[in-house]
Amino acid sequence: MASIAEHSPDQFEFRSLLNLTLLTGLRARDLAELVQHMRTVPGAVIYHHTHHFLVQHQYLSPEPPNDFAYWVSNILLEERLGEELAAVDVLRFSTVRDLRNALVQVIQGFLDRSSNLRTAPPGEEFHFMQSVSYVIPTGIRVTNLAEFHEGLERVSLRSIGYHMFDARLRLERGDNDFSRWLDQSLGEHSLAEAFRKIDPYTYTQEGLRRRLLNLVGQRMKEQGSGRA
Amino acid sequence: MAGLEEYTPIVGEGVIAELRLLGERLSGKRVLNINSTRVGGGVAEILNRLIPLLREVGVDARWEVIRGTQEFFDLTKRMHNALHGKPDTFTAQDREIYNQATEENLSALDLSSDIVFVHDPQPAGLVRARRDLGNKWIWRCHIDVSAPAPGAWEFIAPTVEKYDLAVFSAPQFSRELPLPEVLIAPSIDPLSDKNRELRESEVEEVLQRIGVRSDKPIVTQVSRFDRFKDPVGVIDAFRLARERVDCQLILVGGGATDDPEGAQVLKEVRDRAADDADIHVVDLPPTSNIEINAIQRASTVVIQKSLKEGFGLTVSEALWKGKPVIAGAVGGIPLQITHKYSGILTHTVEGTAFWIKMLLSAPEFAARLGENGREHVRNNFLLTRHMRDYMLGFLYLDTAGDSVVEL
Repeated sequence: MASIAEHSPDQFEFRSLLNLTLLTGLRARDLAELVQHMRTVPGAVIYHHTHHFLVQHQYLSPEPPNDFAYWVSNILLEERLGEELAAVDVLRFSTVRDLRNALVQVIQGFLDRSSNLRTAPPGEEFHFMQSVSYVIPTGIRVTNLAEFHEGLERVSLRSIGYHMFDARLRLERGDNDFSRWLDQSLGEHSLAEAFRKIDPYTYTQEGLRRRLLNLVGQRMKEQGSGRA
Repeated sequence: MAGLEEYTPIVGEGVIAELRLLGERLSGKRVLNINSTRVGGGVAEILNRLIPLLREVGVDARWEVIRGTQEFFDLTKRMHNALHGKPDTFTAQDREIYNQATEENLSALDLSSDIVFVHDPQPAGLVRARRDLGNKWIWRCHIDVSAPAPGAWEFIAPTVEKYDLAVFSAPQFSRELPLPEVLIAPSIDPLSDKNRELRESEVEEVLQRIGVRSDKPIVTQVSRFDRFKDPVGVIDAFRLARERVDCQLILVGGGATDDPEGAQVLKEVRDRAADDADIHVVDLPPTSNIEINAIQRASTVVIQKSLKEGFGLTVSEALWKGKPVIAGAVGGIPLQITHKYSGILTHTVEGTAFWIKMLLSAPEFAARLGENGREHVRNNFLLTRHMRDYMLGFLYLDTAGDSVVEL
């Protein structure tokens, strides 16, 4: 795993994550097929269907941020199960593996107590896809809060997504990159904690950017008034 | 023609910077695009824009067009229709025609680039040069091959299977292949005449020219006069809606003059419209991009009531203009519209009429659909996203197998 601050320990370099979508050829018409594939597909498939929504349908947030919940609610019209799937709190999990298990468990629980399975109308089957992710340094490097604020304004939404979602869950770093850097390099423990507390899955991407900017801006103001 | 910088106000600095960074990783990579026509059609339109932009970021992109006899293009037209499901039989003589055209193009074209990017079935046979050249080949399929007529897929399958990567526009258009397949949706160019911002006076001028007054809400469908676009169903839905809300309808299409079926459908549409003063049937030449743009911008609600559809990019065109769109849930349309969030998906004439009434009576809800739709298009269906995906596809050829790649 590459370090997030290769240039100097106190420097943070924004990276971005660009996804290419691979078709797996697997499709599901009902919940039995859905859960069967969910158990066996690569983690990058589960990641795709729980995260691509955030960027591609960002205006839907805080609607179900995962494709499984969306398909179950809107195509199969199993609203209760859809709600349960949407409510799976991704922040509780630190690996895609654990997230997969939780989603599978919810669906399996439903299957165990239902006898009739609804089938998706032709053409509206669930298509399993996989993200191939390319991580690319943006060249934007920051060493203090003011520069960090400016960087957050400039980078793409995908870059913020990478540091907030992917770093923690997919790359299993245990924390989002911003909090880690704020904590370890700037000693900004309370700001780091404020970032950590945010449930990024409940924001639109642009809303998340604004929220982060707000927190950093507030902290800069405090520092300014502290000095004065 | 617009350079990459001109897209910055539309997609943001970060997105443009990412394209340049990807370009650096592909710097000097020779990518040869091959299709069957320099003008006309969505593929040529997109290549005209993408090639200069790819070159701007450092990719050595080129574009060649195959040549062929009338006999060859008649055959590939039949193949195209059969891949879409129209029954046909392909004979040994057809195979001979295809092979001969392929051979002639193989001797005429220099295919020694790093990547050969072949669009659609017509030039697909060129891949037989791959073994000698040892380079990478991508097949870009722009059509729906999920339910071909018997024999049609078999005609092309041995060729397609020689490629390194296949690209489809929508998951439901694809089929299982013994090679990696990626999903890359098509796109619209926000700076083209069809989509760029227009002055109010330009919009007014077009309305005047087609004889439409903007004194009541305008409901519009832009599409060829084709039964799969159900223009007669649009008239019926409009009339049902008009019983409750005063409005007018524009049905705008083009190219009916050189298409016998199109001319027939246009006649049926005119018959159904009869002398209804609220229905404007407008037949425009295929180059009328600014006119289409103006009509979409003047509309209160845009319809795309397709019964069968390819990707249906006219939906993205209308959404990009912030219009509430009511569309058939077919082909690539559900990728562009999420029902009740970024537009309305319908299945029937009555449903379409119901939603026309709703959207005309609830302008705030309609406006929100339009705004959401515009943002969805900004993130997913603009040329810059298309360019990014193509570059990622080029990188994939060297990195296949890893799910996270550090560049």
